[in-house]
Amino acid sequence: MVPIAYYLILSGILFACGVTGFLIKRNIISIFMSIELMLNGVNLSFVAFAAQWHALSGQIFVFFVMVVAAAEAAVGLAIIIAVYRTRETLNIDQVDLLKL
Amino acid sequence: MTPNLHLWLIPVLPLVGAAINGFFGRKFSRQGVAGVALCFSGAAFLKVLMVAFTFSSLAKPHIEFLAPWIRSGSFQVDFSFYLDQLSLVMLLVVTGVGFLIHIYSVGYMWEEGGFYRFFAYLNLFMFFMLTLVLASNYLLMFIGWEGVGLASYLLIGFWFTKDSAASAGKKAFIVNRIGDFGFLIALFLLIKHFGSLNFDQVFSSISPLSAETGGAGLLTAIGLLLMVGAAGKSAQIPLYVWLPDAMEGPTPVSALIHAATMVTAGVYMVSRSHVIFERAPMALTVVAIVGTLTALFAATIGITQTDIKKVLAYSTVSQLGYMFIACGVGAFSAAVFHLMTHAFFKGLLFLAAGSVIHAVSGEQDMRQMGGLRTKIPWTFWTMTIATFAIAGIPPFAGFFSKDEILWRAYQSSWVYWAIGLFTAFLTSFYMFRLWFMTFFGTYRGTAEDTHGDSSHGPDHGHGHGHGHGGIHESPWVMVGPLVVLAVLSVTGGWIGVPGSLGGDNRFEKFLSPVFHSSIAVSGAESHGVATPPEKETESPEPQASHSKELIFTGISVFAGIFGFLLAWQLYYRDPQLPQKIAASLGGLYEAVVHKYYIDELYATLFVKPLIAGSALILWHGIDQNVIDASLDNSAHGANQVSDSARHMQSGNLRSYAGWVAAGAAAVIVYMIWTGTR
Repeated sequence: MVPIAYYLILSGILFACGVTGFLIKRNIISIFMSIELMLNGVNLSFVAFAAQWHALSGQIFVFFVMVVAAAEAAVGLAIIIAVYRTRETLNIDQVDLLKL
Repeated sequence: MTPNLHLWLIPVLPLVGAAINGFFGRKFSRQGVAGVALCFSGAAFLKVLMVAFTFSSLAKPHIEFLAPWIRSGSFQVDFSFYLDQLSLVMLLVVTGVGFLIHIYSVGYMWEEGGFYRFFAYLNLFMFFMLTLVLASNYLLMFIGWEGVGLASYLLIGFWFTKDSAASAGKKAFIVNRIGDFGFLIALFLLIKHFGSLNFDQVFSSISPLSAETGGAGLLTAIGLLLMVGAAGKSAQIPLYVWLPDAMEGPTPVSALIHAATMVTAGVYMVSRSHVIFERAPMALTVVAIVGTLTALFAATIGITQTDIKKVLAYSTVSQLGYMFIACGVGAFSAAVFHLMTHAFFKGLLFLAAGSVIHAVSGEQDMRQMGGLRTKIPWTFWTMTIATFAIAGIPPFAGFFSKDEILWRAYQSSWVYWAIGLFTAFLTSFYMFRLWFMTFFGTYRGTAEDTHGDSSHGPDHGHGHGHGHGGIHESPWVMVGPLVVLAVLSVTGGWIGVPGSLGGDNRFEKFLSPVFHSSIAVSGAESHGVATPPEKETESPEPQASHSKELIFTGISVFAGIFGFLLAWQLYYRDPQLPQKIAASLGGLYEAVVHKYYIDELYATLFVKPLIAGSALILWHGIDQNVIDASLDNSAHGANQVSDSARHMQSGNLRSYAGWVAAGAAAVIVYMIWTGTR
């Protein structure tokens, strides 16, 4: 059996990749993908712990996260398309209408 | 079982009139405003007359309880009214003279703007004055006291667009404030030491005390503080300065408030508090000295004034001084007697002066008058009666009251008497000077030429005399009150004919229950200490006393006649002489003309340092540098802090995310650190 530490390290790496991508990328699609990456990093740790402790609730929680992520993807992509239609750009630095 | 007199109606009626005119008067016609004002003040007068007719059957003092006001432990102050002989006399004077002056005002103010405002204020004044007079405790009296001050302020500044009127109103109010301060402290002392402000409770707890001889005590302190209040309201040295300036108000106001009623509130208050004063001989001495000095001082200023109303104003100050002499020597009934006759003849003098001013289209300078005798005969004759009354010529009212005061003053100290006598001579002189300058000789003014449309005196710049052509007698609404007051000025003194002249001084007997009841107690309690002067009147040999009194009466009449003769010589036979005399007196004359530079002295001593101190320390120092600065600085600081914090809110999504990530990292580090410890 693979020790849980491996899963957790992988999960941390995935999450860190997501955070880094979120911080440095300017394209909204890339940022969106970074968010998905973070979610999946978290999901991985959930299922790892669920397998470790034989607790089913961790796995159920992952389904919840996936459902919410799917919904979020649907809404988020719609917003992205709307933004692109009106502003003709996906550069996050140029979508700053609410900025002071 | 005492009958319910509904005394509350007396003050409330004018208040209703004031409310109606004040709130709705703008929409009324002049007739309507005048009707409302006259109805309510007249109704108050009728009510007082009804009370007066049932008065003899009442238990005195009659106290009418209306409502509780302040109840704090054993300390109680109620809305309740106190009717005894003294307040009845005051009620009759205030409502009677007040009603006459209301009538007169209808004619005098007919062409003025703010007609309804004037009558609302006048009725409001009546309300407060009647509250003052009827109050059964010092606090309610103080309410009236402040209220008449307010009404006085409003009416002095009636022509508020005129700078001098507005500042005269302020001056009156501020100077009165100084007096009120003394009054208030006296009230606090009463509460602290006697636990009550009700007249009967205070007086019954003071009555057993003996007079404070040797040095000052509590009662002396209270008496002196009350005197400070009285000096403010009744224009005595050193607080008299507001009254001459108060002549900026309309003439009926000068007559009602600044001659007949409000300024006598101080005399009333001192008389009401006679129980306190009788036990504080030092305070009484101060009252007498202040009165004497004021009487003399104001009379000398009155000689040199050329504004007809200013002469009368200083005359009022001087006559009030007489009343305080009377109070100071313990002759309270004489003071109230003079208060009453003074209300008649000084009210008449002011109204007649107003009629003169009306006749010559707003001119107030007597040098611009003269020869008006035949042109305004009614005014002339009524003013003549008033002049004779104030000069103390028998049988006019002023003779009896002034003579009474002088006689009582002599019994106390010949100094008071001598100065009082000299003042009587001065009074006679300046009043006949006014009389000769106004009514005799040739007319020196210009009103007839310009038909009175634009020739208003420089210091009387309201719209007087519009549409009048030349000098004219006043309408009957103005002449009527003059005649009534003239009759009173003749006959008013007859109720107090002293024993030496074959009368029995009914007035003093009428008031004696008020002023004598406590003296009997004090005489019994304080064996041989400072016998109040009243006791001397019951001297064992009335015949000798009467003949002596007659001699003094003769002397004071002679002083009055001498004043008349001197004025006749100087202002009728040889009108050039006064200038020569004035020139030969030089500096002294200048000083008197400038009212001894008292206003300037006060300005230098008090007003300017106060203004400078307020501006430098309070305004620039504390207000600007401390209060404003602390607010400004904290606002500025908040601005700075939020300005730096604002930059965090960049709108840059990735920097937010960075902060969130950094925060999360910090939390994790903290948790790991605490977990491994």
